[in-house]
Amino acid sequence: MTGTSEARDGRIGNWKVGVVTSIRRESASGRSITIDVPGWGGNIAGQHTDVRLTAANGYTAVRSYSVASAGVGDRIELAVDRLPTGEVSPYLVDTLREGDELELRGPLGGWFVWTPQQTESVQLIGGGSGIVPLMAMIRSHEASGSDSPFRLLYSVRTPLDAFFRAELESPSANLEVTWIFTRRAPSGCPRPAGRITAADLEAHGFPAALSPTVFVCGPTGFVETVATALVALGHEPSRVKTERFGGA
Amino acid sequence: MVEPIDGNALAGPLSDLFTFDPTTASARCAGCGDVSVLARAMVYGEPDTFVVRCANCDDVLMTIVQAPDRFCIELRGMTWLKIPR
Amino acid sequence: MAVISRGFVGRGGEVNPDLPAGQYLTADFPVLSAGPTPHIETVDWQFSIRTDEETLHTWSWDELHALPIEDINTDIHCVTRWSKLGTSWRGVSLDTLFATVKTTDKYVMARSYGGYTTNVPLADLLGGQAWIALEFDGDKLDPEHGGPARLLIPHLYFWKSAKWIHGLEMQSQDEPGFWEQNGYNMYGDPWLEQRYW
Repeated sequence: MTGTSEARDGRIGNWKVGVVTSIRRESASGRSITIDVPGWGGNIAGQHTDVRLTAANGYTAVRSYSVASAGVGDRIELAVDRLPTGEVSPYLVDTLREGDELELRGPLGGWFVWTPQQTESVQLIGGGSGIVPLMAMIRSHEASGSDSPFRLLYSVRTPLDAFFRAELESPSANLEVTWIFTRRAPSGCPRPAGRITAADLEAHGFPAALSPTVFVCGPTGFVETVATALVALGHEPSRVKTERFGGA
Repeated sequence: MVEPIDGNALAGPLSDLFTFDPTTASARCAGCGDVSVLARAMVYGEPDTFVVRCANCDDVLMTIVQAPDRFCIELRGMTWLKIPR
Repeated sequence: MAVISRGFVGRGGEVNPDLPAGQYLTADFPVLSAGPTPHIETVDWQFSIRTDEETLHTWSWDELHALPIEDINTDIHCVTRWSKLGTSWRGVSLDTLFATVKTTDKYVMARSYGGYTTNVPLADLLGGQAWIALEFDGDKLDPEHGGPARLLIPHLYFWKSAKWIHGLEMQSQDEPGFWEQNGYNMYGDPWLEQRYW
């Protein structure tokens, strides 16, 4: 796997300096940030990066963010949601501007990843900003022309909280998208607003009998609920890969 | 709620020390014998400290404390670590 | 050379005489946890002080509540750099609990439900410096903040104030507890910034 062979070169742990090329508003609290990182060298869909901020007095703070882009090259996209009590995310959402420099370390992690060589069905289940690594998989899936059937269940509070809304509202042929609204559903949406349940997974997810690979990403409580329900529906625990965010 | 995150989070901090990807390395829990990739372990702690626990039995697999001038790593909770090459 | 992040202040730059170096003020109550939160019913709860193999002093939840309960107003400082000033607690002084305990040992290992341990010199538990805390801010202690009862030693970094306290064991030498084995300081004075070994 690329992640491990690159790690052997010892270059992953090095901090690289990127330059912010554009910032796009995804929601009231969310921004996607495109960064040119010389030496990044591309990443597999689902990997993450550490971002390091340094104050003028030398104080530093490091946090991990999933990469929303995939493929070769030195340009990456992150998508960040502001955590009210956070230290790094409020800076990235409210203060960061185009042209600013950011220190990054990565690509990191070779486990919560999808590669176009995989041919089995893939079920993606994202909660809130947990969509980010799944978006990288969706983009990699589309860019590679993969025939592997993809389904996405995306749980957000309201339609206005959705990241990548335009992109997900016109999905490619091999991708089915199901929206779950937890606080307020748009008018005409048949499912009333409410948290994701086993019934949602059963109605809209690939059945366990198909042995899909399942990627679940979101706040810890969300991932717990979904992973438990998936196993109860007969999914093999080893085929369910999870990524929990702290600070739900 | 005190909520753990996954071992995926270890990739960055441990990249300062190891040239392998720790999340795809598998470990055997010294407590219950469960074998799992570290990405599946439960990670507790703050950005500078990590307590990595077995997802099966909650025993401590490893702890990592990042002091300004050194790393302290304890691996007593695992009988072995297998690293893909 | 590090890149300075334009406009980033972070939690490093506060100057306040009530704050030890490297600490920032917080209004909420962050939680540092080394593992899952144990949930202990008060009917099952017990606190003990062990002085040797044969001698165990024990208190049930009701027995502890029959002792004098003090109001404590104090600042607390966590090694993960947050401080909270003027917190209010209620609890039983360790002086009260040690009044009936005879020991020549000078060190203590605190043991918690869930397996956490931390070491403290006995001198730091006596003289009105430490309590078994039962309430925070007028309410019983939440499990996530160490309830039903936690050790409270506010003059040391807060990891020494063991959550879910179960008992104290006297020891002749200062042995390291959980965090102390793994890189944290044996004593942990926030005013001397004794964070690590």
